[in-house]
Amino acid sequence: MSENIRQQMKEEAFQQKFNQVKPKPPLLKNIIWAFVVGGFICTIGQFVLDYFLSLGMGKKEAAGSATAVMVFLGSFFTGLGIYDELGKRAGAGSIVPITGFANSIVAPAMEFKREGYIFGVGAKMFVIAGPVLVYGMVTAFIVGLVYWLRQ
Amino acid sequence: MQKTKGKQSILFANPPVVTGTANIGGPMEGQGLLGDYFDHLMEDNLHDLSSWEKCESYMLEQVIKTAAQKSGGDMSDIDYVFAGDLLNQLMSTHFALRSLSRPFIGLYGACSTMALSMIMGAITVDGGFANKVVGAASSHHDAAERQYRFPTELGVQRPPMAQWTVTGAGAAVIAAAGFGPRITAATIGKIVDLGVKDPNSLGPAMAPAAVDTLWQHIQDTGRQPAYYDMIFTGDLGSVGKTLVIEMMKEKGIDISDNYEDCGCMIYKEEQDAHAGASGCASSAVVFCGYIYQMMTELKLNKILLIGTGSLHSPTSYQQKESIPCIAHAVAVEI
Repeated sequence: MSENIRQQMKEEAFQQKFNQVKPKPPLLKNIIWAFVVGGFICTIGQFVLDYFLSLGMGKKEAAGSATAVMVFLGSFFTGLGIYDELGKRAGAGSIVPITGFANSIVAPAMEFKREGYIFGVGAKMFVIAGPVLVYGMVTAFIVGLVYWLRQ
Repeated sequence: MQKTKGKQSILFANPPVVTGTANIGGPMEGQGLLGDYFDHLMEDNLHDLSSWEKCESYMLEQVIKTAAQKSGGDMSDIDYVFAGDLLNQLMSTHFALRSLSRPFIGLYGACSTMALSMIMGAITVDGGFANKVVGAASSHHDAAERQYRFPTELGVQRPPMAQWTVTGAGAAVIAAAGFGPRITAATIGKIVDLGVKDPNSLGPAMAPAAVDTLWQHIQDTGRQPAYYDMIFTGDLGSVGKTLVIEMMKEKGIDISDNYEDCGCMIYKEEQDAHAGASGCASSAVVFCGYIYQMMTELKLNKILLIGTGSLHSPTSYQQKESIPCIAHAVAVEI
């Protein structure tokens, strides 16, 4: 027991020392990058949406088409090896928009192509995006249930 | 004859000689601070092969062969190869050794593998079980990244504490006789775990292990840090290095004058490697390139290389386990 306590004290003392020398992330710089890049991606999205609307599409169709275009762009720039360079600087600014979602599916698909189309691309494609889908659907289900009960 | 010293150390009776070394690096390592100290540099991280793992095998095979040649012989003189890498089931090492067809002992010490392979090699040679052996280790940034972290094309932001796995390999030929610096002493580390769980803070997690082994080395051998011209740790990075200096200071020993971390010697600031280099190749390319050359030119006479390894796995950190770490020290003198 005393051995456990000694280990715990050692761990705490080390953690304290570690916290003192831990480098802080450049918060302001990161926020500005995320704001600019995230805003830029969303502005492009808005342009695309407005363009489809101007073609006379309905609101739902235009939104769907704009999403498809943004997903394509996200995948395309992942394939070119540009999106990870952007993500390195922009952080959440390029992860949160739907282009980031596309990146999270295309990146593992590219990476695991060497393991073949079944165990590689097929199986590994959703390693990052899978949890997003699962919990997105669970949340949608709960919200739907609440909505249905209130009617 | 008694070769053990103290609790964890060895003093070699007939110190084995490091008769030749070779190293290889990728493009980023070539552009780094030690770009002039490589035997081979690859143009990219694939080297026209079909996978990163194959590229890593190629690097390891290449350095083992080159080291054997540089020590004035060829592969047929080599009695044993001690080698390892970071990938599951030592994939790169096993494929590299397939074509070399020499007796082989695989080692896993994570990033401490280079020091470990040299210690095991020296023990084998001094024990009279072999005349000439090779100790080698490799790592590959992209191959390690996909196994331990995220796909390389994923747009994630690395925290400032993160380190960059070195793409490279190093090999050292250790012989019973010959010309070159000698392996005189070694201290085998024990596993130290102070509860760090973040796989992005490997350097800081390993710092206590490095301190433990260095302290034990001093106790066992009676050699003070000033005995060595330089003490090198494997891949602690800038944060881990600061922690080692602080923790040694607390024990009443100031090592800031003759201590450096291999992880802080490879990349330039603007290469965006954050806290420094990591991986088996961090200590392997620095020892088998820069340090060995400095020793043969007599610019460094006595060094202590402390290989540091974090022995976690992707499974262990997903199960929220902390990171067990180890450090092995090997003293090389000319």
